[in-house]
Amino acid sequence: MSAEAVLFYIFAFFTIASAATVVFARNPINSAVSLVATFFFLAGLYVLLYAHTIAVLQVMVYAGAIMVLFLFVIMLLNLTEMPMEKRKPTLARVGGVVATVVLFGALAVVLNKVSGAPAPLEGSELASYGTLAELGRLIYTEWLLPFEAVSILLLVAMVGAVMVSKAKV
Amino acid sequence: MVPVSHFLILAAALFCIGMLALLVRRNALIVFMGVELMLNAANLTFLAFARQHGSNVGHVSALFVIAVAAAEAAIGLAIVIAISRNRGTLLIDELRTMKN
Repeated sequence: MSAEAVLFYIFAFFTIASAATVVFARNPINSAVSLVATFFFLAGLYVLLYAHTIAVLQVMVYAGAIMVLFLFVIMLLNLTEMPMEKRKPTLARVGGVVATVVLFGALAVVLNKVSGAPAPLEGSELASYGTLAELGRLIYTEWLLPFEAVSILLLVAMVGAVMVSKAKV
Repeated sequence: MVPVSHFLILAAALFCIGMLALLVRRNALIVFMGVELMLNAANLTFLAFARQHGSNVGHVSALFVIAVAAAEAAIGLAIVIAISRNRGTLLIDELRTMKN
């Protein structure tokens, strides 16, 4: 097995393990911290896919900004004063697990039909694939309109977040 | 080389774990974390297919998904704060004003 494959299976195992911890941890703080771990392992997987730029953005935006936001909200809310979360009825939980397993089975059967390993990158393709320069060129030429739409979305989200969380609306 | 299907099945597993969080948990914060997991699974799928086709367009899509996730997290957490301030609870199935 090549070093790449070994790294893939290590990252894949820890991604799944920490994602499962997010769902099953009783304390929201534990969930948030294992979500940070999930994002770091996913960034490792992105590097294995030659997506260096997206991996760095993943660490900065997700593990940095979004998770700090989550932890701040958990801190602000003072969870000890909130009613504790009780388990859902057994029927609802079993139904949820069954639905998840069925969906995963269906997806795995379909995705398993995608065959072949990606061709190795060579020469100029290796030098430009997934680099910040190449992504910037694409964003500012072919994908300019979606990029501007996303910037408006972020502006609206920023104003909306301030409005919604004001004391009196 | 790791086959692309392994990346895709890993992304499917991640998506299903996120969905499980939506289905079995009541805490609004955990439900949001499940949504983040599902968005990350979508990103992994984009990047795996981009790698297979040797195209950078999948990376641009992943960038947009990250931006949308940031907007979703900001708005969602603001709503969580507003609800907990007005109702004193974070449990999503106690919010049933619309039902009656």
